[in-house]
Amino acid sequence: MSTDQTSREEQFAVATQWQLTWWRFRKHKLAVLSGLIVIAFYIIVLFADFFAYADPHATDSRRSHIPPQTIHFFDDGAFKPYVHGLTQKRDLRTFKLSYQIDPDRKVYLDVFAEGYRYNLFGLIPSSTHLLGLKNAQPEDGIFLLGTDLVGRDLWSRIMVATRISLTIGLAGVTVSLFLGVLLGGLSAVYGGVVDMMIQRLIEILRSMPTIPLWMGLAAALPNTWTVIQVYLAITIIISFLGWTDLARVVRGKFLALRNEDFIAAAELAGASQFRIIFHHMLPSFLSHIIAATSLALPAMIISETSLSFLGLGLRPPAISWGILLQDAQNIETLALAPWLLAAAVPVIIIILAFNFLGDGLRDAADPYG
Amino acid sequence: MTILDVKNLKKYFPIHKGLLRKLVGHVKAVDDVSFSVARGETLALVGESGCGKTTASRCIMRALQPSSGEINITIDGKTTDLAPLQKAELKPFRRHMQMVFQDPFSSLNPRMMVGDLIAEPLLINGMDNESERRARVRELLDLVSLPTAYMNRFPHAFSGGQRQRIGIARALALNPSLIVADEPVSALDVSVQAQIINLLLDLQDRLGLSYLFVAHDLSVVKHVSDRVAVMYLGQLVEIAPTEALFVTPRHPYTEALLSAVPKPDPRARQERIILSREVADAANPPSGCAFHPRCSFATDQCKSERPHLQDLGQGHQVRCHHARTLALQGVGPSV
Ligand SMILES: Nc1ncnc2c1ncn2[C@@H]1O[C@H](COP(=O)(O)OP(=O)(O)O)[C@@H](O)[C@H]1O
Ligand SMILES: [Mg+2]
Repeated sequence: MSTDQTSREEQFAVATQWQLTWWRFRKHKLAVLSGLIVIAFYIIVLFADFFAYADPHATDSRRSHIPPQTIHFFDDGAFKPYVHGLTQKRDLRTFKLSYQIDPDRKVYLDVFAEGYRYNLFGLIPSSTHLLGLKNAQPEDGIFLLGTDLVGRDLWSRIMVATRISLTIGLAGVTVSLFLGVLLGGLSAVYGGVVDMMIQRLIEILRSMPTIPLWMGLAAALPNTWTVIQVYLAITIIISFLGWTDLARVVRGKFLALRNEDFIAAAELAGASQFRIIFHHMLPSFLSHIIAATSLALPAMIISETSLSFLGLGLRPPAISWGILLQDAQNIETLALAPWLLAAAVPVIIIILAFNFLGDGLRDAADPYG
Repeated sequence: MTILDVKNLKKYFPIHKGLLRKLVGHVKAVDDVSFSVARGETLALVGESGCGKTTASRCIMRALQPSSGEINITIDGKTTDLAPLQKAELKPFRRHMQMVFQDPFSSLNPRMMVGDLIAEPLLINGMDNESERRARVRELLDLVSLPTAYMNRFPHAFSGGQRQRIGIARALALNPSLIVADEPVSALDVSVQAQIINLLLDLQDRLGLSYLFVAHDLSVVKHVSDRVAVMYLGQLVEIAPTEALFVTPRHPYTEALLSAVPKPDPRARQERIILSREVADAANPPSGCAFHPRCSFATDQCKSERPHLQDLGQGHQVRCHHARTLALQGVGPSV
């Protein structure tokens, strides 16, 4: 046996549960890639305003429906990224003022540039943005994904929407997790009538068609509520159904573990109920809970997006993916400004990423199985 | 001097059916079992899978609450019945009796290092000093012939036999006087079974342990036990000193079990008695003698009348109407 092999065996022998799980997860390349994508999205969540370059709420009718502008990276063979500037023109048929791309004027890009003011994490005042323009006219701008009808920059709006859509999913899953662990745990620990009632409740909730249920609940939200109130209410509505899966996972794992010999062995050694639950059982199903959570998240995100898209969830001026997609709802806009559909891309990417990540985690969750 | 005296132990599991969980009957997993284990003695408890051996062992260890009966344990000359005690009241007795489990893969928490696994009983029972615990763990690993360097490894690094040694070390941590071993070798490769058996015998000599040794066939217990209790469908059908049971079995079921034991002398090889039919359902036991549907000697009396455990003298008891008349075949004098 070579020394290399011996040391690898030695490493395996002293590997903890989390190391083994990581080694197994690592083999699942698609899941690792998905994990990185999810991390990238949550970095955007943290620094949404930094990645935006234009105030997502600022409207300007002259900027209506500007198509996406590419960034030109090389100027005279040197790396000097620029975009073209804008000039003001009057449309001779409608007599409307609008901005047009001026192919003769180059405006150079700047990184860590000054821009609109915002509060980082809602606390720290800042005005630094990843991208900006050097020596620009007031009308100039970057339009990576174009603008909407009222002249708001789509890229910047997607950045800020990502923050709302992904945190609402996270908040929803937190509430679900709490309900799922509590009710699933009660179901398993007490059994009997309690178990039966919780299981029937889960069956009833799961057999309900979700969209009409949500519509009913969401329609009950008063119009006068603030964005924050609606946000919280939507969180609760979408976690209302989400907890059932988690409760089942927790109950199943708990019951399976209770019959494990090592739990009996701990009891016979004189371990307290507290020690058995927190020292022996919880670490055994923590990884399963994490996997189930990452599989529950995409459903939450989709729920918020669909509710908002249908006009039942968040309402403008809040910005979420669903609200952005609402703008792409009618055929007329789509014909005039097809780039508005770009708001669907992050939804698709994150949902796929969460599903692959969740699958990878679930397969790796029990490294002893 | 007895260390364990079990009297009329019963464990019935309720059977519920339907949405309203109506009680429809009971599985009589252990049905009126009595036996005792003397200090330093090994009593083997033998029977087919499903006859209630694990349930009986777990009741004795009080991992299960018995339905009725007494579990008298004698420590320092003082006898206590464990059956009625609550969880908290049981704790002081736990250190005197420990269990070795059947499946060494599920009886060790895979998330704990070997050192922590063996130290857990010490920690729980008040050995707060870390270095003291580690010293004791080293001593125990030594006792079961495992390198002390294994302390920092996790169970997944070990084979079944090594894991069983770890399980034994853990069971011995608190210096118990009684070990209940529930089929300690039946999950292991045949090649390592003998090693574990020898370890258990060696530990018994060195530490003066008493064993309740559970097995599903008689071949294993021959070298281990002083006395054998044969169990069928939750009840004892025969109990005798090992030698007497092997040479002159008095119950047809014991004879059938013995016929499956490999013989050292090929000429003495007898036909293996294949028991007809499945073992009966513990939820719905046959009338009369529970063994009668599978017994080739069964008479009308066996179908209707339930036999009692009768004493044949010299510590030999048997539950059979025809025990005194049947000529059953044993395995000959042991060599
Ligand atoms: N927790 C339980 N609930 C219901 N029935 C049980 C339970 N545990 C064991 N039994 C039943 O009790 C009988 C004896 O089982 P067990 O003690 O495991 O037998 P053995 O160890 O001899 O194989 C079996 O019929 C089994 O199905
Ligand atoms: Mg068993």
